Amino acid sequence: MSAPPVAAPTAPPVLLEAAALSVTFGGVRALEGVDLRVYAGEIAALIGPNGAGKTTLFNCLTGLCAPTAGDVRLHPPGGDGVRLRGLSPARVAALGIARTFQNIRLFPAMSVLENVMVGRHARTRAGILGAVLRGPATRAEERGIAAAARALLAKVGLAALANEPAASLPYGLQRRLEIARALATGPHLLLLDEPAAGMNPRETAELDELIRRLRDEDGVTILLIEHDMRLVMGLAERIVVLDSGRRIADGTPAQVRADPEVVRAYLGGGP
Amino acid sequence: MSGGAGRLLAAVRGALVTAAAGALLLFPLVVPRVDAVEKTVSWRWANLGWCAAGLFAAALLWRGRGLVGGLVLRIPPGPPSSNGGMWGLESRPFALRFVWAAGVVAALALPAASSTYQVSVLTSALIAVILGLGLNIVVGLAGLLNLGYAAFYAVGAYAYALLNLHFGVGFWAALPLAGLLAAGCGLALGFPVLRLRGDYLAIVTLGFGEIVRLVLENWSAFSGGPSGIPNVPRAALPGWEPGLRGATVLLYYVSLALAALAALVVARLRDSRIGRAWVALREDELAAEAMGIDRTRVKLAALAAGAFWAGVAGVLFAARTTFVSPASFTFLESAMALAVVVLGGPGSVGGVAVAALVLVLLPEYLRPLAQYRMLVFGAALAAMMILRARRPAGRAPARATAGAVR
Repeated sequence: MSAPPVAAPTAPPVLLEAAALSVTFGGVRALEGVDLRVYAGEIAALIGPNGAGKTTLFNCLTGLCAPTAGDVRLHPPGGDGVRLRGLSPARVAALGIARTFQNIRLFPAMSVLENVMVGRHARTRAGILGAVLRGPATRAEERGIAAAARALLAKVGLAALANEPAASLPYGLQRRLEIARALATGPHLLLLDEPAAGMNPRETAELDELIRRLRDEDGVTILLIEHDMRLVMGLAERIVVLDSGRRIADGTPAQVRADPEVVRAYLGGGP
Repeated sequence: MSGGAGRLLAAVRGALVTAAAGALLLFPLVVPRVDAVEKTVSWRWANLGWCAAGLFAAALLWRGRGLVGGLVLRIPPGPPSSNGGMWGLESRPFALRFVWAAGVVAALALPAASSTYQVSVLTSALIAVILGLGLNIVVGLAGLLNLGYAAFYAVGAYAYALLNLHFGVGFWAALPLAGLLAAGCGLALGFPVLRLRGDYLAIVTLGFGEIVRLVLENWSAFSGGPSGIPNVPRAALPGWEPGLRGATVLLYYVSLALAALAALVVARLRDSRIGRAWVALREDELAAEAMGIDRTRVKLAALAAGAFWAGVAGVLFAARTTFVSPASFTFLESAMALAVVVLGGPGSVGGVAVAALVLVLLPEYLRPLAQYRMLVFGAALAAMMILRARRPAGRAPARATAGAVR
């Protein structure tokens, strides 16, 4: 197949666009002129060998890492495009990009429910005075936060564990909780950093099903980094491959699997 | 039955080991006495016997507490997931309610049954409660280690003293004014230190505390220098000029009301959007930011809210002693407030209140022990630290989140 990697005739609108993104840490070039497009409503995957710059790219998209060069734009549905470069992580989250972390970063001392409630922060308003006076508006907002958080816990299958400390959950459930917390921010785009890492095949299958549901039922666009090739090939509609900070392929799973560059990057070998 | 006997035997054996170990450790302290004048050493073996017996009895009581009925002082077992607060009372709503009711009645009735001196001591304990609760917002909830908290306390006290001296501002007007002034200082400190964390923040706030104290000490034209500002008026009511006794009792009730208000405010903040944001920032700053929490605003809010209560406590302090000087706001005050938070359990409102009372009242009531006072005080602190329930800080109890839904 020689179809162009992007922009099929009926291509949905672009949700996120990174252009010529470069990041250098001292002398190390973590990303070199990477272009990336994410289309609204798709499930896309970002793959590549260790150290390819996948997580650095995520950090650039979420404001945790300032790109040395290049630009990132978000086109929220029904809104104008926003430049993300230079915005704080909190602003980016408020604009509609949520993420999970490769090495799970929950708030361990808080309960499962509270972890998700924190995610509603950017979508709610009550300040110190509201909290102290606890007027009707604040109480209504708190009820809304708790209800939204419980609904999300039910969606990821953690409803029964709402009052447990987050740190007490087993690994696979902590990953689910991180997804619920990210969803609580009300994102257009959800970035998942190795969501299946450390999961057994059954948990991975459940994750596969959960991610599909998030897209199909809630219309959340998903971009995931993953090393589990079986999961990626079955789940992703489009795959972007990074190697040594450069994009070396972008296409359907079949295209990417057949790409000689990709094979070389994964298997090593000569020039 | 035989199981009970076995456990009793085990308790006795354990207590014996404790007594032996304790006797060994205490030997150099309590047995030999060197008389430098007579150049003799006397061996006071009886002391060691008393210590060992006392330790044995205490250890036996402690180990056997499960055998003979339920003691109030019971540590909830198991991992930090257990929901009991300090002394495990929160897991026993009935006992808790009883203790609370008894405490409130005692607190209200105390001035009637106490000397003016006692009332004054209790007032200082209540001021420490307010300080501890305020610092609890900054350190316990938001996780910002602040070693210069006494600076805000000083701002409150001097605000009252100076506003009164120059503009004749009264006690009641000074309470909110000083609180807001201190909160403003909290913001002013906050801007430069927002990027700092942990040890670095601790050192900068330590420096800030010293700067405030040194400015007060050296800028004589403004603050009266090391000799301070005398004749700060006591609390009074409009149309009633109370004597010493009346003013002391009035200040006690004002402090009691404000301590209760502070506890309510901190408890409400803890279970709110902003309180969750504080705890989230403390737990994982990066993840909190990625969840849409504006680090700058939320941290500044914590610093300002904490400083507000220090300012209020400062006014109470000035009205109690009728005299403010830089010597009252040394690092020791900051350290004391921090000890209250650590001892009470960061994030726990009830624990902090109890810890503040203990930390102020214990040294006061240990005075009869004369030179052993600080020794016993230190031992009591160590014991409290070891025995206190370990609840994960800032984790709202289940009922709090349930309340949010109701």
